[in-house]
Amino acid sequence: MAVLSPTRADKQLNEREPDVKRNKGGIAGRIFQYLSVGAGLTILLTLAAVAVFLVVRAWPALTASPEELQEISWFSGSSLLGYVGPLIFGTLLASILALLIAVPLSMGIALFISHYAPRSLAQALGYVIDLLAAIPSVVYGLWGALWLAPTLDPIFQWMTDFLGFIPLFAGYQPPAKNVLTASVVLAVMILPIITAVAREVFLQTPRLHEEAALALGATRWEMVRTAVIPFGRSGVISASMLGLGRALGETMAVLMILSPGALYSFFLLKPGQHQTIAANIASKFPEASGLSVSALIATGLALFVITLAVNMFARWIISRRSEFSGAN
Amino acid sequence: MGQTVKRVNNRSLTSIALVGAVAVSLAGCGADATSSDSSTSASTEGAELSGNLAGAGASSQEKAMNGWIATYTGVAPDVTVSYESIGSGGGREQFLSGGVQFAGSDAALKDDELESAVERCYGGEAIELPLYISPIAVVYNLPGVDAANLNMSAELIAKIFNGDITMWNDPAIAAENEGVELPDIDIIPVNRSDESGTTENFTEYLSAASNGAWTHEASGDWPISGTQSGAQTSGLIDTVTGAEGAIGYADASRAGDLGTVALKVGDEYVPFSAEAAAKVVDASPRTEDSTDKRLVVELDRTTTESGAYPLVLISYSIACSQYEDEADAANVKAFLSYVASAEGQDVVAAADVAGSAPISDDLRAEAQAAIDSISTVG
Repeated sequence: MAVLSPTRADKQLNEREPDVKRNKGGIAGRIFQYLSVGAGLTILLTLAAVAVFLVVRAWPALTASPEELQEISWFSGSSLLGYVGPLIFGTLLASILALLIAVPLSMGIALFISHYAPRSLAQALGYVIDLLAAIPSVVYGLWGALWLAPTLDPIFQWMTDFLGFIPLFAGYQPPAKNVLTASVVLAVMILPIITAVAREVFLQTPRLHEEAALALGATRWEMVRTAVIPFGRSGVISASMLGLGRALGETMAVLMILSPGALYSFFLLKPGQHQTIAANIASKFPEASGLSVSALIATGLALFVITLAVNMFARWIISRRSEFSGAN
Repeated sequence: MGQTVKRVNNRSLTSIALVGAVAVSLAGCGADATSSDSSTSASTEGAELSGNLAGAGASSQEKAMNGWIATYTGVAPDVTVSYESIGSGGGREQFLSGGVQFAGSDAALKDDELESAVERCYGGEAIELPLYISPIAVVYNLPGVDAANLNMSAELIAKIFNGDITMWNDPAIAAENEGVELPDIDIIPVNRSDESGTTENFTEYLSAASNGAWTHEASGDWPISGTQSGAQTSGLIDTVTGAEGAIGYADASRAGDLGTVALKVGDEYVPFSAEAAAKVVDASPRTEDSTDKRLVVELDRTTTESGAYPLVLISYSIACSQYEDEADAANVKAFLSYVASAEGQDVVAAADVAGSAPISDDLRAEAQAAIDSISTVG
């Protein structure tokens, strides 16, 4: 999303340029203009620098033959794509599960804060949610591995005993170091971002829309359903994508919780089935050298592309939906 | 105009550089003349040593190295020793390219590396010393079992980690543990998720000693997928601790409250201990190409020596027999002497440092002789 905003800012600045000159805003105005253009360009340059770095450092692995790649001790699969594939699958699976848990919960919290809670409670709850965002991910990792996993253990055991006929929940093996535990922790981590944005969007609902709904005899729930949620839809989607971005790149928490594996597997409760790209890099990098570093950076490049694609997709959805949002 | 000025400048710069180079080499010759007696005295009196000493390599040695480096400041306060744990392969690479003065490696130098070591060591040869011996314990989480150790043969351990034996009350386990009441719960094998020397030594032990029950080759990466695992030693211990019925393998010093397995050696069962670990190294033969400077041990995993514990990790300290720089030679010599000394070995044997097994006196004498041969070129 950062890609688009500076260009728009540039455009606006260019439009305003004549004003600045006419006003003879003087040196201060000019300096401010350069500073803000510079700041906008920094984002683009940083992004370009990261992209160039990834491509250049991944190049030896991208061009290496499968035989050369096989010499990396931990390499699995027949080609680089074969190696990255399960990692991409694991990354997306963990993140999407996290979104499935976090988005409904966040919307509930946000609606409660914006439309149901008494003002004093809403404010306090808002602070607490923001506080969740300030907890470092390594702390979430510790919490997930040392507290959440043992707590989920009897629940997962129950699920595999009674719902095990559904392949998703078959084959649980304690301790709970599986992709579902990781997703629960990821969900808690992205909850504050999604909630904060959704709350702001819901608060923006035009008062007239709400009152019109109520005047037509709607209950509060019907008012929320017909006026608030449609208005906030694109905001919630962009909030979810922000959250997805964080979930995709999360390293420490996944590294500490998941028993990794490299399979295309939908067994959510089995250990050793999935691994995410970021956690894989963190676990392999300390002892990597030569071509194995390039191979790891190539997986990082894949993550970069995925994140970029997710953000652009979110932008596209928002731009498509903006006319229906009822704003203005 | 500008160009000629530049050219003149360039020329004068090169001549300055030449003069400098001559001066340096002269100074080097002068130092060499007196080096023969100063280097021997320097190794005994650490206070005279100074400068930087850089090492890199196996992460298995990292804790021990940190222990040695921390206590070495008491021996030679002016020497700054550093050790970067970048993995055995990376360490050997850096050492051979001259980036560091010594390396730590879980594996001995390969043939082609020995060749490039001659060049790196200014015509000398590489010195390889097994100065870090770490027993690996097979740990299990069975709070209900009150025996001090469960007894297992390598074959039984292989079948458990293979998944051939899935219950703790399996007759095969009971047969080796008479009188121990084994619970009726699943066995959960746990392995390291990252590449590790511990895994490599464990799988090597299994493939050598399990009478074919372990069908995989020795490797630093766990060969079976779909298993419970943990990152680093602490992650593995946490995972084993996290589920009753779990079994894993880790640095013996980190076993904590978990039960440990006594390995079948010959007809007896040997629980891990520092002495038992040091014993298997002494009982094992040297490789064919080892010399009195390269003490490369070919660990005998199938040893029947009484009281030897064959599941150990050996990590080598690799250095040069010759250095160009006098300070380097003196520093490497003094530091490795300290590492090999009884004091140095005892420092890292403490459970809160590395929990390694101190090398035997015989091995120490051999290692010291090799270290004493370190000299400067010429």
